[in-house]
Amino acid sequence: MKRHLISTSDLSRDDAILILDTAEEMARVADRPIKKLPTLRGRTVVNLFFEDSTRTRISFEAAAKRLSADVINFSAKGSSVSKGESLKDTALTLQAMGADAVVVRHHASGAPHRLAGSGWLDGSVINAGDGTHEHPTQALLDAFTMRRHLAGAADGGPTMHQGPGDGTGRDLAGRKITIVGDVLHSRVARSNVHLLHTLGAEVTLVAPPTLLPIGVESWPCEVSYDLDAVIPKSDAVMMLRVQRERMNAAFFPTEREYARRYGLDGDRMARMQEHALVMHPGPMNRGMEISAEVADSHRSTIVEQVANGVSIRMAVMYLLLGGNEPAVAAANPTRTEETPK
Amino acid sequence: MSTSKILIRGAKVLGGDVQDVLIEGERIAEVGTGLSADGAQVIEADGQILLPGLVDLHTHLREPGREDSETVLTGTRAAAKGGFTAVHAMANTFPVADTAGVVEQVWRLGKESGYCDVQPVGAVTVGLEGKQLAELGAMHDSAAGVVVFSDDGKCVDDAVIMRRALEYVKAFDGVIAQHAQEPRLTEGAQMNEGIVSAELGLGGWPAVAEESIISRDVLLAAHVGSRVHICHLSTAGSVEIVRWAKSKGWNVTAEVTPHHLLLTDELVRSYNPVYKVNPPLRTEKDVMALREALADGTIDCVATDHAPHPHEDKDCEWGAAAMGMVGLETALSVVQQTMVETGMLDWAAVADRMSFRPAEIGRLGGHGRPVAAGEPANIVLVDPAYRGNVDPTGFASRSRNTPYEGRELPGRVTHTFLRGHATVSGGELA
Repeated sequence: MKRHLISTSDLSRDDAILILDTAEEMARVADRPIKKLPTLRGRTVVNLFFEDSTRTRISFEAAAKRLSADVINFSAKGSSVSKGESLKDTALTLQAMGADAVVVRHHASGAPHRLAGSGWLDGSVINAGDGTHEHPTQALLDAFTMRRHLAGAADGGPTMHQGPGDGTGRDLAGRKITIVGDVLHSRVARSNVHLLHTLGAEVTLVAPPTLLPIGVESWPCEVSYDLDAVIPKSDAVMMLRVQRERMNAAFFPTEREYARRYGLDGDRMARMQEHALVMHPGPMNRGMEISAEVADSHRSTIVEQVANGVSIRMAVMYLLLGGNEPAVAAANPTRTEETPK
Repeated sequence: MSTSKILIRGAKVLGGDVQDVLIEGERIAEVGTGLSADGAQVIEADGQILLPGLVDLHTHLREPGREDSETVLTGTRAAAKGGFTAVHAMANTFPVADTAGVVEQVWRLGKESGYCDVQPVGAVTVGLEGKQLAELGAMHDSAAGVVVFSDDGKCVDDAVIMRRALEYVKAFDGVIAQHAQEPRLTEGAQMNEGIVSAELGLGGWPAVAEESIISRDVLLAAHVGSRVHICHLSTAGSVEIVRWAKSKGWNVTAEVTPHHLLLTDELVRSYNPVYKVNPPLRTEKDVMALREALADGTIDCVATDHAPHPHEDKDCEWGAAAMGMVGLETALSVVQQTMVETGMLDWAAVADRMSFRPAEIGRLGGHGRPVAAGEPANIVLVDPAYRGNVDPTGFASRSRNTPYEGRELPGRVTHTFLRGHATVSGGELA
């Protein structure tokens, strides 16, 4: 493992599978009466959030606490940052306080990259979402969720959910994953395209042409403007949040037109394969990109994704802060399942 | 007072024949072989190239207002080290150079510096706001004698304002230098729009935002019979439009920066804001088109767009960083590497693109003159064999925001003479 997690494009297939497998071990902790490991006792994890994101922050916080790390939450709002403190000075402050890992959410693409490469701090940097660039732990938890459902059949073919642990050691070879919505502004889409490609999945992006970046043709995926053509072939359909304000910048004419052409409703869901999943990174706009009927259906993994997020973030922190321990040791259940003293 | 004599012996004048050049006082007294050194200070210039003092149509000297990044004095010292004897100072200062008072202040500061002539550029519109014409005539009639007008940093995007400005300055042979950037197409833009921006998730700055304005402005210039100058061309498409406009015989000139001749948007993958610049670094294809256009004369000249920024404005995340790069002290080296050593320009053509043409566009009488007896002794000596890594700590500029730190570049200015007076000697400020 590298020292930082900035982009899923930095992860090899082996790295990605190690994280997913470690997360399976971490998930077992959640089923125990005492949901805590002593692994990161005495280590300090700072949640450095320049952008509000309660969901992501509490997920990282829960993950760090389950590993017994000390957690400091730093929110830009009402802090020295709102008084004009620079990223550099904030980083130097955290460095002086001895942060072992900094989980950073920032509105500027590349800010975590800059923190990791600037020499401003020594700790590991974990990208918790930067601008419209990447959100690697989201992609990892998405892949984790997909693998549990889609990589578990004995014959290698897709199956519906068989329970935790399915798919350990496997990738997503041959699975057809469709990502629908505002790809242009989506850090989730970028991270997913890289990671799913690395894991062998075939990714198709579906969006109105206005919401696809110029240059998308160089990405390792297919692009389609026609959701109906892609839906029946998909093993999973991931709907991205679309901000209603985008129509004011003429990305699409109206909410209703967007929902009609690119939203996932009951009729479209009915044309999905039996085993196929509906996913959403949240927060959802019900009635916009996804109908309530679909969001609440048995195919939906949306709540499960949230739970899996904690396991993935535990795995990432564990592996990054494992220091000199070999990756093999990191994946060794006897170490991770040590009972708290 | 006796006039000083300097004999430059054995330089290749404009890269051609080895000749001696005798300077007496402010002028070139004689050019020839075997000139007498009697009573003259002798500079042995074996292997060196002698060029007319370089002229820059596009710098930001930041004074008044941002003296923390550059002053006219530090900027002209940087210019002298880069081989320049005249620079144009853009109008986006604080206050904006949109009145006779401000342009005269900048002009006077240049005179006082003594390192390089400073020709202020006047704003086209009041406060660079694109709404109301600034007093262009008053700036022209001032002691600064402004000829080039530009809202650089901002585009004159209103077609009517642009048309009127183009027409108005005809009365005194002025020129509008357009910063071609369609504002709506570049809202939130952070880097060239393409493969790299798509991956990095940085707001895209499409080529068409530049090309659409250039298209409009060459048509406007043709329509009203004025001359227009296009600042910092950065795309292959812009080159084609300017080439087409010139083929029509329209009075269109254009400049390219050294960084757009060398660097591409691939460098932005580092998210290092030292590569953040307006217009943005483009692709390899654009770089090659710009080099060809400079070689064939479609692009008239090289201009640095020297844009100093204090350290803190670059030592931050990409999105928060200021746009711009310093360029005066590396310009000639970059041109040597990209144009001379590739065989696309000889040194005589470098003199044309970095001295004769920009002086002509800016109507600078005393600069961009031939190396001949009787001409003002604005001269630069270049050692083309020199190789060195760029070390910003040695810059004369107050700012260090160079994209070339640690990069090996060829060539070094050893001497610069401004009207016979050495501003740089032995590679150091005199």
